[in-house]
Amino acid sequence: MLDNSTPATEISALPATKPPKATARAQRGSGRRNSLARRREFRAGLAMSTPAILLLTFFLVIPVLLAFGLSFTNARLISPNPPRLVGFDNFFRAFEDPVFLQSLWNTFAFALVIVPVQSGLGLLLAVLVNQRIRGVFLFRVIYFIPVVTSIVVVSILWKLMYSEDGLINSFINTVTFGAWNGIDWLGEQSTAMPAIIVLSIWQAVGFHMVIWLSGLQTIPGELYEAARVDGASTWRQFTNVTWPGLRPTMIFVLITITIDALRLFVQVDVMTQGGPRDATTTLVYHAVRAGYRQQEVGYGATISLIFFVLVLIIALVQRRLTREKD
Amino acid sequence: MALTTTKPEVRPAGRDREPGEGRLRRRRKLWAYLAMSGIGIFFLFPLVFMFVSSLKPSGQILSDSGSLNAFLPVGDISLDNYFGVFERVPVAQFLVNSVFVTVATVALGLVVNSMAGFALSRLEWRGRGLLLSVVIAALIVPFETIAVPMVYWVSKLPTLVFEGGVLKYDFGWLNSYQVQIIPFIAHAFSIFLFTQYFSTIPKSLDEAARIDGAGWFTIYRRIIVPLSGPAFATVAILTFLPAWNQYLWPLMVVQQEELRPVMVGMQYFFQLNPAWGEVMAYTTLITLPVLIVFLSFQRAFVSSVAASGVKG
Repeated sequence: MLDNSTPATEISALPATKPPKATARAQRGSGRRNSLARRREFRAGLAMSTPAILLLTFFLVIPVLLAFGLSFTNARLISPNPPRLVGFDNFFRAFEDPVFLQSLWNTFAFALVIVPVQSGLGLLLAVLVNQRIRGVFLFRVIYFIPVVTSIVVVSILWKLMYSEDGLINSFINTVTFGAWNGIDWLGEQSTAMPAIIVLSIWQAVGFHMVIWLSGLQTIPGELYEAARVDGASTWRQFTNVTWPGLRPTMIFVLITITIDALRLFVQVDVMTQGGPRDATTTLVYHAVRAGYRQQEVGYGATISLIFFVLVLIIALVQRRLTREKD
Repeated sequence: MALTTTKPEVRPAGRDREPGEGRLRRRRKLWAYLAMSGIGIFFLFPLVFMFVSSLKPSGQILSDSGSLNAFLPVGDISLDNYFGVFERVPVAQFLVNSVFVTVATVALGLVVNSMAGFALSRLEWRGRGLLLSVVIAALIVPFETIAVPMVYWVSKLPTLVFEGGVLKYDFGWLNSYQVQIIPFIAHAFSIFLFTQYFSTIPKSLDEAARIDGAGWFTIYRRIIVPLSGPAFATVAILTFLPAWNQYLWPLMVVQQEELRPVMVGMQYFFQLNPAWGEVMAYTTLITLPVLIVFLSFQRAFVSSVAASGVKG
């Protein structure tokens, strides 16, 4: 900001040869003009932000406050009676609700696998397509195509591939020379969540590849030149130059993958509806089922609020980590 | 935000290399291409399978899945599935709805968010600090955390309805276009990107324009907007995809068939024994528009996503 004002000061310094009296009057005049200008600036700032302020208030601030408020009521979506305060009842109910506890565990298990695997594979892909060879951009585009494909489409497509006589079972059957009897991947309690994990990574890993890639490209090439002159192997170059340079990117990738993983909903809704026997019910799925499908908005808001607190904790961890760096 | 992905990839041929190095490099390159192609197949095969299957009768899709025929347009190939989809489901209506909702959300979002970004980055006014901290706090709030309370909230909001030639006052936004558009116009991350981009444009331009008597809105429209093409492109791309892919929200707030977007329209096929050929035709129909847009603006897409990484 200071840099930009320098040319202006230089220009105003030019007519400094004016008589002192005139300068004083000009200053007084500019003072009055300044306060007028500032009032106009205030009005312009407020006017241009008003649409955003109104919309953010109505569709972000109020819903967040409502999530808090409704958690302490027995509000229903459609009900002739006004909501009644019930204290912490919804919270007690949540921690006695086996489906809620199961969904909490499922969501964590999903995140626990997705976070390291997806960020690791994303980095591997980024290193691979960061080579200076002809046609590498084509591969970046190919790896990115699933990202622009809707997760709804991806879920239904993989549902077909996972079916008992579907592509995946046939493929395993072929490579094992017929020793494989197809299984219903989404219908078994033990395989449903792993199946969802695989397609989730397939869909999203290209996104994080691009983020890693932009991190890789901020590392100055001279560092690699220097390492090569010192005779460092490719692996040593990675551990001593690439990895330290990627720290800010790593924090960003880990946080976004974690929050994205906690949001898991569409895959479950399209492929398994939370089943078999709640093996794939997640926090968001349970909140929507309780708060919308069973119309218990109060309880749904409670689950949303617990989810919100989890996201908040992760964001605070991120702030801690980024601050350490500085 | 300046992205190096557009750098030329070809390196000038070095003459100072040792003789054996060329062969070694060629070998490494070959391995790199092999690895990248193998991974490429992994990313492409489901989509190829989808396109090819949309041309086959449902029975053949499953019987072909045991061999490479699953990925080849062989056997009984026709567009019957597509005709079937148009007969069974109001696809055209769903597509029109999605296009309308997406275009309106993105276009209105560009205006509202860029104006807020302008006010936040270039103007000094009371309340600026507060708005900026709300925007930064909002960056971390996933929509899913407020979705359920928001359904309750929009079902109580006042609205105007046109009934029998009379404009009437009513409550509840459910089952409308507005409920699919208005809540998603103001977007914290878009405001943040605009604010960042605008603050890289020299302030001396504003001052020069002010001396010429231009008002702040004129400065925004005549100077800042024309200089910010890349920021507008990035925000348009980053808001286009989620708008087209909306699922959870319209699932809850739109029950009326003629207002549904494409992703929710897919529910017609969620039955015990879906006709897979038609399902694949439907998913192809709703994926192709996005894929075409992506392939025509690939570099812009990839650099927009890379730009979204700057918020860390």
